[in-house]
Amino acid sequence: MSVATDPAARPRKPSRARVVLGELLRRPRAAFGLIIIALMVFAAVFAPWIMPQDPFAQSFDGLDLMGAPLPPGGDYLLGTDLLGRDLASRLILGTRTSLIIGVVANGIAVLLGAGVGITAGYFGGWTAAILMRFTDLMMAFPALLLAIVLAAIFQPSLMIVALVIAMVNWVQMSRVIYTETRSLAEREFIQVQRAIGSGPIRILFKHLLPHLLSSIIVFGTLGISTTVLLEATLSYLGVGVQPPMPSWGNIIFENQTYFSTAPWLVFFPGLLIVLLALGFNLVGDALRDILDPTLKGRH
Amino acid sequence: MTETRETGGGGTRPLLTVRDLSVQVATEAGAKTVLDRLSFDLTGGETLALAGESGSGKSMTALAIMGLLPKPMARVSGGAIKLGETDLTAMDERGYRKIRSARVAMIFQEPMTSLNPLMTVERQLIEVLLEHEVCRRSEAPKQALRLLKDVRLTEPERRLKQYPHELSGGMRQRVMIAIALACDPEILIADEPTTALDVTVQAEILDLIRTLQAEHGTAVLMITHDMGVVAEMADRVIVLRHGRQEEAAPVRELFAAPQTDYARTLLAAVPRLGSAPARPQAEARKKIVEVDDLSVRFDITGGILNRTIARVHAVENVSFHIRERETLALVGESGCGKSTIGKALLGLVPWDGSIRVDGVQTRGRSRAMMHPVLRDIQMVFQDPGASMDARMTVGEQVIEPMRVHGLARGSELQDRAEWLFKRVGLSPDMLSRYPHEFSGGQRQRVCIARALSLSPKVIVADESVSALDVSVQAQVLDLLQELQEEDGLSYLFISHDMAVIDRVADRVMVMRLGQVMEEGPRDAVLRDPQHPYTKRLLAAVPVPDPTRSRPAMPDAAGIEEASPIFPVGQSPQRIALHDLRQGHRVARVAATTP
Repeated sequence: MSVATDPAARPRKPSRARVVLGELLRRPRAAFGLIIIALMVFAAVFAPWIMPQDPFAQSFDGLDLMGAPLPPGGDYLLGTDLLGRDLASRLILGTRTSLIIGVVANGIAVLLGAGVGITAGYFGGWTAAILMRFTDLMMAFPALLLAIVLAAIFQPSLMIVALVIAMVNWVQMSRVIYTETRSLAEREFIQVQRAIGSGPIRILFKHLLPHLLSSIIVFGTLGISTTVLLEATLSYLGVGVQPPMPSWGNIIFENQTYFSTAPWLVFFPGLLIVLLALGFNLVGDALRDILDPTLKGRH
Repeated sequence: MTETRETGGGGTRPLLTVRDLSVQVATEAGAKTVLDRLSFDLTGGETLALAGESGSGKSMTALAIMGLLPKPMARVSGGAIKLGETDLTAMDERGYRKIRSARVAMIFQEPMTSLNPLMTVERQLIEVLLEHEVCRRSEAPKQALRLLKDVRLTEPERRLKQYPHELSGGMRQRVMIAIALACDPEILIADEPTTALDVTVQAEILDLIRTLQAEHGTAVLMITHDMGVVAEMADRVIVLRHGRQEEAAPVRELFAAPQTDYARTLLAAVPRLGSAPARPQAEARKKIVEVDDLSVRFDITGGILNRTIARVHAVENVSFHIRERETLALVGESGCGKSTIGKALLGLVPWDGSIRVDGVQTRGRSRAMMHPVLRDIQMVFQDPGASMDARMTVGEQVIEPMRVHGLARGSELQDRAEWLFKRVGLSPDMLSRYPHEFSGGQRQRVCIARALSLSPKVIVADESVSALDVSVQAQVLDLLQELQEEDGLSYLFISHDMAVIDRVADRVMVMRLGQVMEEGPRDAVLRDPQHPYTKRLLAAVPVPDPTRSRPAMPDAAGIEEASPIFPVGQSPQRIALHDLRQGHRVARVAATTP
């Protein structure tokens, strides 16, 4: 990265977001990740128009003479499930559920965890004692039990699942960020900010947060695949997405017992979960490098 | 291992021959040569100093000899290193293990990080002894004790059972030396062995290395940036710069008549105690900082209820003032509370007493209430790398204080930043760069620009030049001086380096264990010290002149060993100062022990 050397002709800077996006697209791996994410978002938004078949129709054509599901190929691109429903269509529709869980619920967990961790880490003392004891409490609380209780009180729905996942998954993030913030807050450049007279909000968000981004990104992307699978567990228990509504997780769970006879029913949704996590991971890694000026020029 | 050495110590045949040694480091822009065709011989019993500033390749030389170059980034790209008849460049890792410690040993700069914190001193010593089969397992403890006695460690029996964190910095370095000498090596490589230590401890360690060298006939390769240490220790010197040999000469010749320009500038930049020009007499100007009875105590909590069980009395009843355009230097060894005073002035630590900055009392002010005070008093920290945010451009960081205080906005900020950069001798088009793109000296200039952005009246400079190379140090000191003359700044200059203080201070305050030992005009305190502690500090400073040997250190008479930690309810004995003349005040010397 060369730096503009002529102070007189200071060009108007393009917006930060555009610069970052441009950098992302220049890196092959990051661009690949972006394409995956874009395709999935597209599938989720336009699902009704791009589904090849009705995902809920249980047709006799979808089963062979013995009543077994059809393998991929022929009329059904990715084969059919045990009830003769088109797997491809169900996966496309399931993208909606899985994206909401993996991105929105996980995103809330990340924000919550990072927020609690950074606050406790910077202020220390009583603030930290209360926040971190609460974190430990949540960590010890069984997620499944919480989900079942909530589902019993309210209608079982995707929102409940998202809520439970957000409530359960922020704790690890909070722990990691807390420890990191504590060591960062002792560093001299934070001391300097205090000497200048910067307030806590400014120090937290302008000076501490950028240094924590890499941990947040790594933990955030790791969380995507675990939360997608956690959703499947919860749906399996009847707490979350109700059949016949598909999600990648519940497709795997419904069919795992038939893995040896109909492997495609587990393989394709599994592949999609891996791709989703991979996509976010690649973009996250690249973002971390782009946002760290000390790594400029290295790939 | 006690068999005879083929090469024979003390002989004239070189123990170590380095010929055309080159080291390359892989960088983004391809291989970079960090050491370029260096040649030297090292014979038994002599001390060769590799002197140079950061990036001169002196440490790389040591690592190359030890086979410890960071792989795969750095490699020996040419030349030969011969230890006796063995060529070390062709040696594999297994072969090297037999040579390290046994024939060539190394001591590092930071004794804390070079010792394993989870092992007692005894186990670490025994490990080396057994690894190289110096003695049998049953004899090892006895051998370890003998080694500690060799390095003159006090209470060696007790030290054996202690862990590194229980020892002081000087003791740790003695243990490191004991480990290095465990196998009676032919060559000892000392990489900045005293840089992290206090000056009195440094003097002791240098004495120890010299004594041991005489006893064992070891050849010492001394790597240092400190020309004072060079003058004191070396027989011959190689001056390195950017990986090339600038000059090689016997130590007296080098100091008397340096042949190259670089060696001349390097030697000229070395601050010499007692050679600083007289400073203009400060007449009675306005007092800008007034401190009365300042105390800072930190609680040590423990037990299951986290109650306060003891207090560190970091600063005890210190009073002083700084006048306009005046530099007050705070000097003392690590842990004496000098940095804490600086932090208290900016309200960064809780304190008791009274601090007035430009007439404004700062006691009891909240962080928000401190804002107007902080515009008058700012701080420049020790390590310019650590005190800058690596993820912000330097321009942003210089602007930040003005934003926080709402002093300017929009393009005005940019203009002001450009002006500040010019003020500290940097080019304004560097504003959009990040800290890692600057050298150490440039970074410290940025930090000074940042401190100046609020147009303060006082700057607390906390070891602000300690992390810099001598030539850069001189430039930064000049800059500070210039700013003082032009803008009428006052400084509280905190340092452990007597020679630097000699150069900048109008008045000097010597601290120990949180209390003032001696205070007064620079010439009175540094040329005519009265307190034994001040005398000891001054005597320990290495003299950058090989023809003059450092005066023997006065022993620690009248300076009792003590710690600033007291149980709750107890306080250290308050030391009264008595006036000698013209503001030269000295603590009464241990009246309790006759």
